[in-house]
Amino acid sequence: MQKFDLEAQGLRALNAALHALNGQTNETAWEVVNPKGSHSIAVGLDAPIELTVHGSTGYYCAGMNKQATIRVKGSAGPGLAENMMSGAVIVDGNASQYAGATGRGGLLVIKGDASSRCGVSMKGINIVVHGNIGHMSAFMAQSGNLVVLGDAGDALGDSLYEARLFVRGSVKSLGADCVEKEMRPEHLELLADLLKQGEAEHLAKPEEFKRYGSARNLYNFNIDNASAY
Amino acid sequence: MSDFPHTPPRFSATFTPAVNAEIRRAAASGIYDIRGGGTKRHLPHFDDLLFLGASISRYPLEGYREKCATDVWLGTRHAKKPIHLDIPVTIAGMSFGALSGPAKEALGRGASEAGTSTTTGDGGMTEEERGHSKTLVYQYLPSRYGMNPDDLRRADAIEVVVGQGAKPGGGGMLLGQKISDRVAMMRNLPKGIDQRSACRHPDWTGPDDLEIKINELREITDWEKPIYVKIGGARPYYDTALAIKAGADVVVLDGMQGGTAATQDVFIEHVGMPILACIPQAVKALQDMGMHRKVQLIVSGGIRSGADVAKAMALGADAVAIGTAALIALGDNDPALEEEYQKLGSTAGAYDDWHEGRDPAGITTQDPELYKRFDPVLGGRRLKNYLKVMTLEAQTIARACGKNHLHNLEPEDLCALTMEAAAMARIPLAGTDWYPGKGGGM
Amino acid sequence: MCGIVGLFLKDKSLEPQLGAMLTEMLITMTDRGPDSAGIAIYGGADDGAGKITVQSPQPEKDFADLDRELKDAIGKPVGMVIRSTHAVLEVPVDQVEAARSALAELRPGLKVMSVGDSLEIYKEVGLPKDVASRFELAKMRGTHGIGHTRMATESAVTTNGAHPFSTGSDQCLVHNGSLSNHSSLRRMLAHEGIYTETMNDTEVGAAYLTWRMKNGATLGEALEGTLEDLDGFFTFVVGTHDGFGVVRDPIACKPAVMAETDQYVAFGSEYRALVSLPGIDTARVWEPEPATVYFWNH
Repeated sequence: MQKFDLEAQGLRALNAALHALNGQTNETAWEVVNPKGSHSIAVGLDAPIELTVHGSTGYYCAGMNKQATIRVKGSAGPGLAENMMSGAVIVDGNASQYAGATGRGGLLVIKGDASSRCGVSMKGINIVVHGNIGHMSAFMAQSGNLVVLGDAGDALGDSLYEARLFVRGSVKSLGADCVEKEMRPEHLELLADLLKQGEAEHLAKPEEFKRYGSARNLYNFNIDNASAY
Repeated sequence: MSDFPHTPPRFSATFTPAVNAEIRRAAASGIYDIRGGGTKRHLPHFDDLLFLGASISRYPLEGYREKCATDVWLGTRHAKKPIHLDIPVTIAGMSFGALSGPAKEALGRGASEAGTSTTTGDGGMTEEERGHSKTLVYQYLPSRYGMNPDDLRRADAIEVVVGQGAKPGGGGMLLGQKISDRVAMMRNLPKGIDQRSACRHPDWTGPDDLEIKINELREITDWEKPIYVKIGGARPYYDTALAIKAGADVVVLDGMQGGTAATQDVFIEHVGMPILACIPQAVKALQDMGMHRKVQLIVSGGIRSGADVAKAMALGADAVAIGTAALIALGDNDPALEEEYQKLGSTAGAYDDWHEGRDPAGITTQDPELYKRFDPVLGGRRLKNYLKVMTLEAQTIARACGKNHLHNLEPEDLCALTMEAAAMARIPLAGTDWYPGKGGGM
Repeated sequence: MCGIVGLFLKDKSLEPQLGAMLTEMLITMTDRGPDSAGIAIYGGADDGAGKITVQSPQPEKDFADLDRELKDAIGKPVGMVIRSTHAVLEVPVDQVEAARSALAELRPGLKVMSVGDSLEIYKEVGLPKDVASRFELAKMRGTHGIGHTRMATESAVTTNGAHPFSTGSDQCLVHNGSLSNHSSLRRMLAHEGIYTETMNDTEVGAAYLTWRMKNGATLGEALEGTLEDLDGFFTFVVGTHDGFGVVRDPIACKPAVMAETDQYVAFGSEYRALVSLPGIDTARVWEPEPATVYFWNH
């Protein structure tokens, strides 16, 4: 077990030490204390390590993560796990705006609420939010799955591409070109698996969710859709 | 009565045949005109500036014997590994998707042989360009298509794109025809749909957030890579100052003559400022912050010749970038293909429907039959030749002004031919010590 | 473009530490705004004294004997506390307007930062830590306060361009974002007799609130009005005699975090600004919703 005091040792030293492990395969456990809302904690990792941050983080925690499993025992600031490639990021508290933005793979679990633009422009990541999500979530989401146990804010899935959105609670409003879709057996199966991965199988059942996706009306320009642009 | 002469038919200067044709096109199709390239309107440009060569008060340098250096360092402010280029002419960002794989390869070959850098675009990094580019700048764009940390680490510099000259404040639009299997895969998009690129970054807004984003990119890449910030020429004084405040190593400033793969014609022609007006404002911001030559300035938008390079540098730029000119060097719009351009309803020199993917030159296409026509080795050689010529031309001018390095050119080496150019470039009208607005503010 | 902090105390025992707590919050937001900093502090309300905070680029000259001269002019007792380039003049509440008129005569070069019975505004160009130390912000006590660190976008880096901007008696506003129709609004407000002193977009936001309230709107109504009439990006935090409020534009891109415990309500542009507050680990932490006006009152 490696313990790192962020306040005493500094961000550059932390990320440099973690990058020194990139490409290695030996699993190691890391603990980071005193994060105090600092930005860019554990960004650019590329090794199957287990890292726990004790406290709340600032912008871009776990940005562009590959392979690593990063747990935040607190809340996370804007751009949590942005552009994640693989691995997992699990936050006990809330996440600020842009959680999982542009993520291309891996699993993001937020046990509290996520703020606005959760999963914006997501490209393959799976996101499981135990609480609610804010407005403009999954804006221009391209692929991957967003699972929300609570409610969604305004303009969910605006200008959506092929990402799948599953919401258990209410949706304040749907964005342009986002529609409710039929929940088929394969979706229930997928959702059951995502709930399990997202440490939420004891909290919700797949049948309680509705599925939302792209109506695909904006896929090729048509003047009759001009008001949606 | 009928013997009186008729009033001859007279066309309106407002409703010209071209304007009327566009109204009819809009009425019939219901979609705005989308095209590639940059602005086609007449603008005050570098042609309206001239150099004051040396004679008695200044001494010129002897060509071929007395050295006039052309190299440039970029990213010296914070990066552990700044970039050193042999020539101050770089290749601007153009996406794989807009361009074919072989065209990207040719850009890499030509630039590397000439000792300069190439830049990726809105579509990720391809093996063609990484493999053939000695120095490759990786663009970090709002869409984040293909963005991944491995490519970030194997880039030589990172360019955070905030805007571009053809459409400051706008996003992109790649029509379905060009979303081939490979383009779709790289961008995580369904094949054949219109791809809409966002105008703002998905996870930050404004300079205070940008500073945090730049620091994240530095942390991911262990502070090795220079971070460029690219802005479209709209409010260059403020935007340059804010890019510097946010921590940029290099500011890339693209005037409205800069090209695009595809966007609305109305955007290309009516938004932004000519590069001539942009450079002095950006240089003023650098000077006011004590950062001129410490944070480097790369300018682009309508650079065509060594004279343009020298003039941009005399106005205070550290280097320039070329896009449209590089494509022409590769063979775009070549009159040899006139027959095929005619078939597309265009003509060589005017063809701009790059988004339709039917480029007979095989450059702005994803159609394998078309891009097979393009030879990347030959294309690379042509680009190298062109870059070398531009450099020689710039050196010729600089030597005539008595400079042993291109970066010693200064505004005082120039005069202006027109009031417009004098006012915009803040260069005295030829034969005077005055320009409109002299002594005024920013 | 900036960092905002705000602190509204519910627990009176924290009042002596308000300045110290706000100063620490302010300094953590230096990266977001290195150009200038300012703080609005509310203390000593309802003591019968009105306060006028003034600023001078030549404090030795302008503040010398100012209290005596002002006393002679209005014929009432005047208190004066000088802090660096700022001075707080205390006069009986019913003499505030008379004192303002007299000040304009006595020292035409002074800038009035704020007027009210509890508000004092201190702001200057420079790093937040330097601004905080020159005014000894950490020693100030009060019931609530707002701080701001500025990264100037389009208008000049000057004392007057720094936030907070006063919007009326005991009222002030700070902003993070960038307005896009402030030039038209500035012209409209000037036509209505409300003049701004700088080209700063935020000052127009402040003047807009002043105008709305002058025409009978409550602060809450005026803030609702910003959602209709102001274009662009903004997170506003406003202070009043006995409370503070928050509103974000409908797009809500600029960051905002709030925390509430039994002892306080706090605002920060980032969570970093809140980490040193007592009990933050168990506080309710959330982000204000877009296009929603929030308000806390004593």
